Amino acid sequence: MKFGQPSTLPRWAQLSVLPLLNLLAALAITGLVVWLIGEDPWECLKLLVGGAFGYGEGIGYTLFYTTGYIFTGLSVAAAFHAGLFNIGGEGQVYIAGLGVSLACYAFDSFMPAVFMVPLTIMASMLFGAAWAFMPGYLQAKRGSHIVVTTIMFNYIAAALMGYLFNRVLMEKGGTNTATRAFAEASWMPSMQQMGGWLGLTLPNTPLNASLFIALICCVLFWLVVWHSKWGFELRTVGTNEQAARFAGMNVSKVVIVAMCFAGALAGLAAVNEILGSTHRMNMTFTNGIGFVGIAVALMGRNHPVGIVLSALLFGALTQGGLDLSLDKPNITREMIIFIQGLIILFCGALENLFEPFIAPLFKRKP
Amino acid sequence: MDLLFSILESTLRAATPLMLASLAGLFSERSGVVDISLEGKILAAAFASASVAYISHSPWMGMAAGMGVAVALAMVHAFVSVTYNGNQLISGMAINIIASGLTPVLGLAWFQQGGNSPQLESDMRFHEIAWPGVDAVRDIPFIGPFYSHLISGHSIIVYLTFIIIPVVTWFIYRSRFGLRVRAVGENPHAADTAGISVARIRYTALFWGGLLCGMAGTFLSVYQTGGFIREMSAGKGFLALAALIFGKWRPVPAVIGCLLFAFFDAIQIRLEGVSLPMVGEVPSQLIQVIPYVLTVLLMAGFVGRATAPKAIGVPFVKSR
Repeated sequence: MKFGQPSTLPRWAQLSVLPLLNLLAALAITGLVVWLIGEDPWECLKLLVGGAFGYGEGIGYTLFYTTGYIFTGLSVAAAFHAGLFNIGGEGQVYIAGLGVSLACYAFDSFMPAVFMVPLTIMASMLFGAAWAFMPGYLQAKRGSHIVVTTIMFNYIAAALMGYLFNRVLMEKGGTNTATRAFAEASWMPSMQQMGGWLGLTLPNTPLNASLFIALICCVLFWLVVWHSKWGFELRTVGTNEQAARFAGMNVSKVVIVAMCFAGALAGLAAVNEILGSTHRMNMTFTNGIGFVGIAVALMGRNHPVGIVLSALLFGALTQGGLDLSLDKPNITREMIIFIQGLIILFCGALENLFEPFIAPLFKRKP
Repeated sequence: MDLLFSILESTLRAATPLMLASLAGLFSERSGVVDISLEGKILAAAFASASVAYISHSPWMGMAAGMGVAVALAMVHAFVSVTYNGNQLISGMAINIIASGLTPVLGLAWFQQGGNSPQLESDMRFHEIAWPGVDAVRDIPFIGPFYSHLISGHSIIVYLTFIIIPVVTWFIYRSRFGLRVRAVGENPHAADTAGISVARIRYTALFWGGLLCGMAGTFLSVYQTGGFIREMSAGKGFLALAALIFGKWRPVPAVIGCLLFAFFDAIQIRLEGVSLPMVGEVPSQLIQVIPYVLTVLLMAGFVGRATAPKAIGVPFVKSR
């Protein structure tokens, strides 16, 4: 049996059957672990799905988490299309949070919401892109490896933010390591609010207008990557850097711009978290969101449609998992991290693992 | 003087897991397999060794379990990278995330202490070994503190590490296996033509790497803190990887890198809240960040040039 060969299945099967089998394998192993620690996997699955989709508030939270994961998933995918593995999403979101907070500190006392919201969005994208620019530049011009640099930049971002929180950002007299609350002008309109404008009564959840921004980003992502000259360059560099160079493309520029693009997308996740939900920056607001993005992008095969679906899966896992942990104290948030790792392993590193087993089913009759 | 020696003593202590992990990475990366999963292997090993030491009342059984688990993860990585020709970076990342998710889940289910293991009692842990005559020489200037801080009073794992360093160096540069590891990492096709099984060498190299990561994890949980704490590896695997790059994928410079990074760690703890003449208080985050910044600068070729093994990260496909 030969592993690791390019897939010979029809395209639709590559995009549906294989990811589904990989997901099932990941869930089967999770079920095994759940059973090992003495819980009933089937019952847990039912509680999880019920927690994620069973009631209005649950759905709201699920979609709120989904929004953030779409942003970081798109970010990882953007870099993947240029052949770059961006592990730095976590740091980019963190620094983007700094951008959002600085913009709020500077302007939220007097600026109206009409200017404030676009301004903070710009700030998040700018800071995220700036933090991704440096690894991109070092990769393109100095030949450092993007993976190692982005890992280092995650730690540098954490230390920088730790310092800033200690010295500058933390609210005086506050008990949590968080900034002061930002003025209402900077808040993203919540879904409940927007539903109210249309006469709908929606439950009170952190779900906010960022979801629409995320969906717009997906469409733009699709247009830019598959239907623009620059997107063509991006994919060419990702597929074959030599060929791109011989075709006269400026590889360094493509790499740097791709990283900035990735950083800006990751940065938007900070808008969802900070301006959509907490309205202040907590020290731990990123909470692994950048790493979830890796799993989301791999499972969604770097395509916006796949990314939305897998972000929804992870959003449901996060929200359902939180609900589940209330009923089953043995099953905590870390269980979701474990599933995330398995999905990265099966969908990312072993993507065609089941190919040899199902390939005969697709063989054309002679 | 005493302060200096006590800083050096904590340097040694902090450097031990880094050195072990760094040498583990050396095996794997020199054979051409990128290993960013050091972190996950250390964490999983720390958990397994603390759990087994707690149950069996034997630190050695704990160490064996830690090594076993780390080797098992290394074999997963080997399956993906060698047999399956998959993406080595993604596989490494997956192992890190699996370890950081699975250890607290199992810990909570087994011990009901918020994902940590219970504090290990005295007979379940490794201890400092006092060398003969420590008390007699303690008051002699220079030699006394040197002997009591640096030579005596460490765990058996520290001493083992200092035996392992020259052994690994010899192994990599002078033994038949080491030559093959390097050949496979630089030019697998040439090695293949010479009749060496690339797959077997890479599996073996990852196996040794797993053993060393297992020791590093055991050091953290069964000796240093006396119990497993969630996320206790705290970036040590990545720091070790940074040291490996800092040492340009060579054993002795990598070990020096680890000692250097551990030294920063040791003075950072001492400098917390201390006001220095001329500069005032140095923020601890500034010192924390030095190893990472150094690595970035080195990778970028601003401080020397780090050249990776040529075939690193490229799956070996026997014939096209």
